[in-house]
This record gives sequence, structure tokens and C-alpha cells, in this order.
Amino acid sequence: MDNHKQVRLLDENGIRVDGRRFDELRPLKIEVGTLDKADGSAYVEHGRNKILAGVYGPREAHPKHIALADRAVIRCRYHMAPFSTDERKSPAPSRRELELSKVIREALEPAVMSEYFPRSTIDIFIEVLQADAGTRCAGITAAALALADAGIPMRELVAGCAAGKVDGKVVLDLSDVEDKQGEADLPVALMPKSNVVSLLQMDGSLTEEEFKQALDMSTDACRRIYEMQREALRQKYHVVKDEADKEEATEVNA
Amino acid sequence: MSATRQLSPVARLEQKTVVDLIGKGKRVDDRGALDYRPTTITLGVVEKANGSAQVYLGKTKVLAGVKIQPGTPFPDTPDEGILTVNAEFVPLASPTFEAGPPDENSIELARVVDRGIRESKAIDLKKLCIEPGKKVFMIFVDVYVLDHDGNLIDAAAMAALGALINAKMHAFKVEKGEPVYLEEIMPVPMQNYPVSITSVKVDGVTVLDPCLEEEQVMSCRLTVTTGKDDSLCAMQKGGLGFLSPDEIKQIVSTSISKARDLRAKMLSNVK
Repeated sequence: MDNHKQVRLLDENGIRVDGRRFDELRPLKIEVGTLDKADGSAYVEHGRNKILAGVYGPREAHPKHIALADRAVIRCRYHMAPFSTDERKSPAPSRRELELSKVIREALEPAVMSEYFPRSTIDIFIEVLQADAGTRCAGITAAALALADAGIPMRELVAGCAAGKVDGKVVLDLSDVEDKQGEADLPVALMPKSNVVSLLQMDGSLTEEEFKQALDMSTDACRRIYEMQREALRQKYHVVKDEADKEEATEVNA
Repeated sequence: MSATRQLSPVARLEQKTVVDLIGKGKRVDDRGALDYRPTTITLGVVEKANGSAQVYLGKTKVLAGVKIQPGTPFPDTPDEGILTVNAEFVPLASPTFEAGPPDENSIELARVVDRGIRESKAIDLKKLCIEPGKKVFMIFVDVYVLDHDGNLIDAAAMAALGALINAKMHAFKVEKGEPVYLEEIMPVPMQNYPVSITSVKVDGVTVLDPCLEEEQVMSCRLTVTTGKDDSLCAMQKGGLGFLSPDEIKQIVSTSISKARDLRAKMLSNVK
């Protein structure tokens, strides 16, 4: 980046460009069951990220030769819409999207009890409608909920959140500017109940101490996101229950 | 789409042996858990390339070649040269490799090697600018996997770095926006030496530098790339397993000291 384009990412009080403190998450909005045809779905707004995840399966493996005898094949496609970024992104899958599809699958797969569905597939589709840094993590947050919504047995949910470094300080959940001009990015996905990390990537420059700090910060944030995921899942059934209650009430009134 | 891979029948048969050994603190090739396999690096093995290096990591064999040519810079970095890393899993290297467009594994490998070089600022890309916004030098690093016996990422990263250190180009001056080449030969301007160290977790035990048998039965791997001042510049977890935060911190710390040794050894061999 050119120096003259550089904006100050932290002010004298350590407040970030969007007004957040160093360990503050961007606002999250999570909805479960937003699609009609998918077996499971979820929509996540994480800051300005808008991400839709849909799950189909377990369903018959097609083509047949990909089937595994002892468990379901899990397939994952992470894709960005052409209009999701500043410059139009070609709809053809980029090398970045192919890599992310792989690491996202590997982040979700340990949570899915695929051994219950041998010879079938579970397909996970993640569409980034608007990208604002941290799409892979928000994608994992959404996809884990879509899997749960599809009724697929899971060991637990998976939540994703990145930490990074801007202006020499370790901060949580980088926004677009911070990601582009910051010094490091550390995307993490956590399985919160067993406290294990299933996605870990890093680029930039961090000392060992800064890394430890960033890792602790992001896993802690994943636990907070996990609570929101649970609430969103419950919410869906509250809505269903409210509707059932309403119907019951009308029947009584009639 | 990215999909779960089938474990080869041979790996299934070997699985128990490998896991049992690691459980007893041993390894299939008699190494200690934190031992790296013998590593040799030979520079300049392909004369027509600007730079090249062949790395043996145990029986794993990787060749990297560097080609340099003028091209157009990216709009967001108009005054910087361009680095491109590509990896080819050549079908002769393993019974599981197939000819065809790069699959997710070779793309992942190339992108992890790329991140190590790019994020550690190993190449001073500003020195490769010919005319800002118009013309810069493009550095292509092509990694050729020739024999796959595990830990391709580390071997590829080392070969790529070796090929860059080995790379020579004509010094140039700029006249009317075109490079005019001089007699003098110059190296690619290097300012850092990133080294990748990969560990795998097998049955709850972490071992360094996995051979193929170990890689096939691993629960997951973690690659940690560090630059010359021990700073972390790239990381990648792979595989279907998971790691606890403490395991990660332990691996990172081991990888940093291991990378320091390996870098010193490699640079003393190369220079």
C-alpha cells in the first residue's frame, strides 16, 4: 500500500477506526433456517460481511465412486459473489476460494458425525454476498449452524473468529481496512465445548508472544460467538413454538 | 468442491503399525519425535532457469525453478515486482498423483509457500520495479514435486527459498520505460529467509517432519513458517483433526527453534 493512503488504525486512546476497543467484536446477526429448499441453512452478518450457508444431505453420493464405505463424504464449496468485493470478482473459483473450501471443510469435518451416514454425501455451500474481512470465519460460523439446522448429528458447533495486529497492537476481529493495512491476520475456528482449534491460519508478522495473545483472544471470541449461535438455534424453535401456540389459541377461540 | 479423501488400502493396513509405534515413542524410520530427516539442498541444477534448487528431505525430492521476466504490475502495488508461486504434483512422484489441473492440495501447498515468502518480505519487491504502474519484473517460482515421501510443504518452501537465493538476473537501467540490461549479473534482492516447519498429530502425539506413512494416518498437521528474527510469518493447519491451544503454542515454540537451526544450516551450505 502507498504510504499516503495509509489511515491511522488506532487513535491515542487505542480506539480503532470503527470505534471498537482492541478486544471488541463487530456486531453479529445470526439467523437459522433462512432457506426453504436446503436441508439446513443459516445467514450471518458479521460486521459488513453478509454470508449465506446452505447444507444438503446426507444424500446419495453422486458420482457414486466418491462414496466412502465407512462414513459420509463431506463436500464444501466456499464462493464469493462477483459483487461482494470492491472490484468485481470473477465468478470462476479462484485459487484462494479453492484453498478456503479445503480449510473450511477441514474445520467443520471434525464436528460432524459422518460415520452415521456411510456411502452418502453432505454438501456444504457457503456464499459470500458481501465481503468485509473475516469471511472464512463467518462462513464457518454460518455453516456449522446450517449443519445443525439440517439435523445432522454433530459433536458440537464450530465458531470462527480472527485476531490480528494493527499499528503494532494485537486486536480482535479485523475489519476490511485493518486487514488490508494491518500487520497480521490469524483466522481461527474453535470447537468450544472441547476447547480445540479446527482451523488455524496466519499471515503477516507476529512474535511468539503476540501470537499467543492473538490465539487466546480469538478463541475467547469464538466462545462468545458460540453463545450467539446457540441462541440463534433456539430462536428458530421459539418462532416455531410461538406459531404453534398462536394456532392453538385460534382453535380455542373458534 | 473440496471433498473428504479416501485413505489408500495400504495406508489402512499400515495405520495400526504407525500409530502403535508413535504411541511407544518410536517412529517408522527410527527417528525421535522432534528429529528432522536428513536434508540436502543443491543449487543451480537447471541452467536455463534464473535460479533453481533441489531438496531432498529424507526420500522426499522437490525441485524448484525461478524464472524472471518483465510484466505489468498490479494496480494496488504499482511500484513493486510480482511474485507468483505455483506447485505441480508431477504424476511420477506418487501413485496418488494424477496429471491435470492443480488440485486443492497443490494449490494449498503453493499458497502456503507463497505466504511464507511474501509475508516475511523475503524479496525486496520495490527493487524489481522498472517503471511504476507500467512495468515491473515478475518472479515465477515453480515447485516441482518429484518424489513424495511426506512433508511436501517444508521441502517445497526450502526448495523455493534455495531457488530464489540461487537466482541471477542481469542488472538493468531504465530508458524510456524499458529495461536496458547491463553486463553485470545481480542476485534477486533478498532480505529475509523464511523456513517452514511442519508437525503432525498422530493419536494424540506430536511429531515433527512427517514421512508419508505418518502423514497418511495423521489427525492433523500444523505448518509454522518463521523469518530470520524468529517472527512468525505464516501458519496453516491441515487435516481433519484438531489441536488444543496449548498444543498449538507448544508446536509454535518448537517450530521456531527448529527453523532457526535449519535456516543456519541451510544458509551455511548455500553461501
